Amino acid sequence: MLKFVVLSFRAVESQSEGQCAPVDSLWRRYSEFELLRNYLSVTYPHIVVPPLPEKRAEFVWHKLSADNMDPDFVERRRIGLENFLLRVASHPVLCQDKIFYSFLTQEGGWKEMVNETGFQLKADSRLKALNATFRVKNPDKRFTELKHYSDELQSVISHLLRVRARVADRLYGVYKVHGNYGRVFSEWSAIEKEMGDGLQSAGHHMDVYAASIDDILEEEEHYADQLKEYLFYAEALRAVCRKHELMQYDLEMAAQDLTSKKQQCEELATGTVRTFSLKGMTSKLFGQETPEQREAKIKVLEEQIQEGEEQLKSKNLEGRDFVKSAWADIERFKEQKNHDLKEALISYAVMQISMCKKGIQVWTNAKECFSKM
Amino acid sequence: MEAEGRVPGPPLPPPSLGGGGGVEADADPPAGAPGAARGPLLAAEVLALDDEEDDLEVFSKDTSLAEVNSFSPSMPISPSSMINQYKFEDEPELRDLFITVDDPESHITAIETCITYRVVTKTSRGEFDSSEYEVRRRYQDFLWLKSKLEEAHPTLIIPPLPEKFIMKGMVERFSDEFIETRRKALHKFLNRIADHPTLTFNEDFKIFLTAQAWELSSHKKQGPGLLSRMGQTVRAVASSVRGGVKNRPEMFTEMNNYMETFSQKINVLDKIAHRIYKEEREYFNEMKEYGPIHTLWSASEEDIADSLKGVASCIDKCCKATEKRMAGLSENLLPILHEYVLYSEILMGVLKRRDQIQGELDSKVDALANKKTEKDLFSEEIGKLEDKVECANNALKADWDRWKQNMQCDMRSTFTNVAENNLRYYEECLAAWESFLASQTVDLHVEEDSEDRP
Repeated sequence: MLKFVVLSFRAVESQSEGQCAPVDSLWRRYSEFELLRNYLSVTYPHIVVPPLPEKRAEFVWHKLSADNMDPDFVERRRIGLENFLLRVASHPVLCQDKIFYSFLTQEGGWKEMVNETGFQLKADSRLKALNATFRVKNPDKRFTELKHYSDELQSVISHLLRVRARVADRLYGVYKVHGNYGRVFSEWSAIEKEMGDGLQSAGHHMDVYAASIDDILEEEEHYADQLKEYLFYAEALRAVCRKHELMQYDLEMAAQDLTSKKQQCEELATGTVRTFSLKGMTSKLFGQETPEQREAKIKVLEEQIQEGEEQLKSKNLEGRDFVKSAWADIERFKEQKNHDLKEALISYAVMQISMCKKGIQVWTNAKECFSKM
Repeated sequence: MEAEGRVPGPPLPPPSLGGGGGVEADADPPAGAPGAARGPLLAAEVLALDDEEDDLEVFSKDTSLAEVNSFSPSMPISPSSMINQYKFEDEPELRDLFITVDDPESHITAIETCITYRVVTKTSRGEFDSSEYEVRRRYQDFLWLKSKLEEAHPTLIIPPLPEKFIMKGMVERFSDEFIETRRKALHKFLNRIADHPTLTFNEDFKIFLTAQAWELSSHKKQGPGLLSRMGQTVRAVASSVRGGVKNRPEMFTEMNNYMETFSQKINVLDKIAHRIYKEEREYFNEMKEYGPIHTLWSASEEDIADSLKGVASCIDKCCKATEKRMAGLSENLLPILHEYVLYSEILMGVLKRRDQIQGELDSKVDALANKKTEKDLFSEEIGKLEDKVECANNALKADWDRWKQNMQCDMRSTFTNVAENNLRYYEECLAAWESFLASQTVDLHVEEDSEDRP
């Protein structure tokens, strides 16, 4: 099992309140990172919580190892986890969280602390049923659009990553085959008098060319990781939409329930049966209930109605608060996403430019050797 | 008939072309008329040529010069040869035989479908009745020509013909691609013959270029029949079994050793080149899909839509550049390497034939050693065989030197071309990405400026 060293961040210490003596470094396992994130997702449902790096290597091209123990994968995961913590630490709301602070500072007993918060109880199991649809009568258009966007983002980024991996694979092939020139040129140069030098030195440049692809593709993996982060961010975005959807659904169910209770109450009070009910039928068949019984029922219903109205009120408030704070965070996320992705695309261009320049240098050298043959 | 060669020394005013009569030449240094540059000719060759070419003169074997032929403008080695070279290039009309092979057409008869190629010849040579010829030839006719040339000049290096079939499965038999590749190779074949100092004057070559279809058929039927040709082959095989290796001059052993290694290396290079082509094609196929994904993505974005479209456009440009790079390979490197793979087989064959000719002499000499009588009879025969061996050796040596020069030229220009192709590819891609980058940083500056304003 791999553990990771977590270094404390000074910036976080000064922002949060904690009194514990700052610990400079401690160990955390991947599963503890997962626990932290779960806690944050449940505790802050309106926040687009930063995602963890992938658990298993995906979108690999053939030279890249899919082995979780591979040192390159481990290093990239380390960077990903560091990035996760940085994201949380720089989030205006999340950085204040005590459990997060303890994660960074408290070695022992952290797990117990998290479980003691009882956050698992708050977790809505329905969220796990990703494909279940809840028919919301008045969906919030903005959230519906956002959910579509997150689906599209997820789909397009995974497609892009898949093709990028294949392109990397092919590019690797092109470069490496050129390496074969080196040996043949060298062997050929042995039987040539005038051409020998040119062949030999050209062969050397072909070797350089073939070797250069390794660094180029390693750099590109970092770019792929940047895209992957937003692939997983799309999930976090959808999670927020789902939570809102469920909230809306619960609200509508509660409102529906209240309406029907009010109706029942009214019917009992006025004696008119507008809605069919089994009780109504049985009482017709087996005789009317006594006025006292009816009074009792009405009283119960009126209590329930009052409770229901209070609940509905608070649910409405909750909903409005959720929408307000969620949209604030979504706007923040949008800006962050646009900035990060634009930078990623620019860095990709920079990588391509560097690759082209290397290619030009090698082939210029090779051309000189060939022309001297 | 004149022989022309490229030699060092002060350039002479060009003699009249195409006319009869030989050109006088000094033994050393020979003056050469700048003309269709070919290697030096040797006295020995006169024996192998037709009567018309009896007054060919001998030039000294200065083989240090690079050859200029229709395919590889060579790097001049000495300043005076440089002068000659420029003179040649300035006056292309000094070349007196131009051949093109084009316009493949399929002819469907009751028995078969066959492809004919149009062979157009333009010439100012006197021995040609007209100055322009247009004939149609099929692959079999080329095969016939090659075998006639091999027969007439067993120790000259006859250029390779494209193969009958391509087994590799990269190209479908008789697809457009196959026909075009073959056409180019046939074009090259005829031009290589035209540039060869000896072969260019071969009578069968002339007939090939000029005769109408029925004339060619009737000419083909003349000459040694199939059985006698087979007899020659049998004798040749028999004598090859006997030897020719025992008394082989050191020079030819060296050539054999060289060819063995060269043959190996060129075959490997051919494989490498094909593999590179294949990898580039697969890369191209993936890139075709890669660009459009970014465009698709840009449809669901606002702020970064332009950046995504920019990246898509760059990738598409790189894709097109890759296509050009591939085309460069298949037009240049692949055919040349393939030609030299075939050449290596031809050269091994030529060396064997030389050994056979030597073998004939050796076995006669051995036979004479055993019979003290009949010396006189044998000595005349042996004398003839000795001449034959000397001719063969000289012819091969000269042609070998010429071939090596050409090979060096061809390799140099082909691989330089490959490097240029790759340079062009990277420069195109660089330009695309740099202009994208510039557009992005401009945007950033614009954004920063707008933020500063209150």
